[in-house]
Amino acid sequence: MSRGAAAGSWQAARIVLQREWLLAVRRPAQVLQPLAFFAVVTAMFPLGYTPELAKLRAIAPGVLWVGALLASLLALEHLFREDASDGTLEQYVLSGQSLTWLLLAKTIAHWLLTGLPLTLMAPWLGVALGVPLSAATGVMGALALGTWTLSLLGSIGAGLTLGIRRGGVLLSLLTLPLAVPVLVFGAQATELAIVGDSPTAALYLLGSLAVLGLTLAPLAAAAAVRIGLE
Amino acid sequence: MVVLYSLQLAAPVAELVDATDLKSVGRKAVPVRFRPGAPQLCMSSLVVNNLTVYRGERAILSRVSFELGAGRALVVTGSNGAGKTTLLRTLCGLIEPEDGELHWRAQKLSFRDAEYHADLAYLGHEAPLKMDLTGRENLRGLVGLRRKVDSRDVDAAFGEMQATSFADRAVRTLSAGQRRRIAFAALSLLGATLWVLDEPVTNLDRAGEALVQSLLTRHLSNGGMLLAATHQPLGLEASLCDSLVLGTVPA
Repeated sequence: MSRGAAAGSWQAARIVLQREWLLAVRRPAQVLQPLAFFAVVTAMFPLGYTPELAKLRAIAPGVLWVGALLASLLALEHLFREDASDGTLEQYVLSGQSLTWLLLAKTIAHWLLTGLPLTLMAPWLGVALGVPLSAATGVMGALALGTWTLSLLGSIGAGLTLGIRRGGVLLSLLTLPLAVPVLVFGAQATELAIVGDSPTAALYLLGSLAVLGLTLAPLAAAAAVRIGLE
Repeated sequence: MVVLYSLQLAAPVAELVDATDLKSVGRKAVPVRFRPGAPQLCMSSLVVNNLTVYRGERAILSRVSFELGAGRALVVTGSNGAGKTTLLRTLCGLIEPEDGELHWRAQKLSFRDAEYHADLAYLGHEAPLKMDLTGRENLRGLVGLRRKVDSRDVDAAFGEMQATSFADRAVRTLSAGQRRRIAFAALSLLGATLWVLDEPVTNLDRAGEALVQSLLTRHLSNGGMLLAATHQPLGLEASLCDSLVLGTVPA
């Protein structure tokens, strides 16, 4: 029996991230779908509401945020589902590594593959809604923090709905109410950035939510996944 | 649901068991119980006492006790629905038991202790493989969570399971038996002492069964332990195997 040195936490996290990246490369559709959804939804507003940029600019924060929120919810459904059905989550539980830690690595991978691209897309989609490119930093900062918190919140919901056959709708119902503070402060930060004010205060609040999520959500997600696997 | 119990105990602990403790309650055959306080534990052994698992109101397992010494195998048999998989999953800490204690290497642990999990490897009905990755990528992902492996070890493991020819194909394109071989190649690299296997030889062809048999034999001869639920004979030497029969009573 060959017994190499035991793997440390960092190696385990790296393995999880590498694996998620490889899977994303092999299955690009799953990564691209939420991004395409976000683009299509925001593109609908100039067509359906008004082509006047001044009016669009007034609703732009709401449109961008609701679009990004729904797009990341689409992706959340896949966060743990395949891993649960093919037995990967069981192997995570039994790996001797902290499940909380492995799920955090997985959630980080999820954010890098959905939240981050959504964040990077937002200023360009914002242009169609009359958002000046000068607001890009504020828009992206807010969305980066917001989608990150949402990924963490979603990991709890995704864990809880593991045992349910079609848990997608339930996952949305569980996660969206929790995402309300993120939406409120995120839209406010975006609004301020668009009108040219400093969004710092709202960004701080978003940042505190992100840190709170980082400290508590992985623990809750691990507990939820254990229940979901039973 | 009743647990019938028939188990020859591993030699070092056998004399510590109080045979008169075998009782019958109603129609239930009650498992062997250990005298409380007796120094019953030997190093590198697994002792499980009074394991009881409920699913809702229904008892799936009722007071199952057994133990397993180094270099020995426990073969769990029983009809469909007798609770074989539940037993294995509970032992792995994937299901919370109602009652029952675990002693691992003379320490009382919970079924969810990371220390215990680090010594344990579980292989369920389905090989835990990602369809879109190749066998090699899957193996690196599974083993890498536990220990560092170099590519020579990986090649050797695939060679041993005669899986080298399809190790670099996406698992999606492999047959169930080929997936099983990849899972066993990963298992052999995990470095776990206790292997918990659910129907290990399902889907394997004759050659595959023989390979698994020699892998299991070597694991036992290296002091490993094996707990397997199976309908098919594993081909292990009878003197190394104990048997645990889970059974249902007609309603």
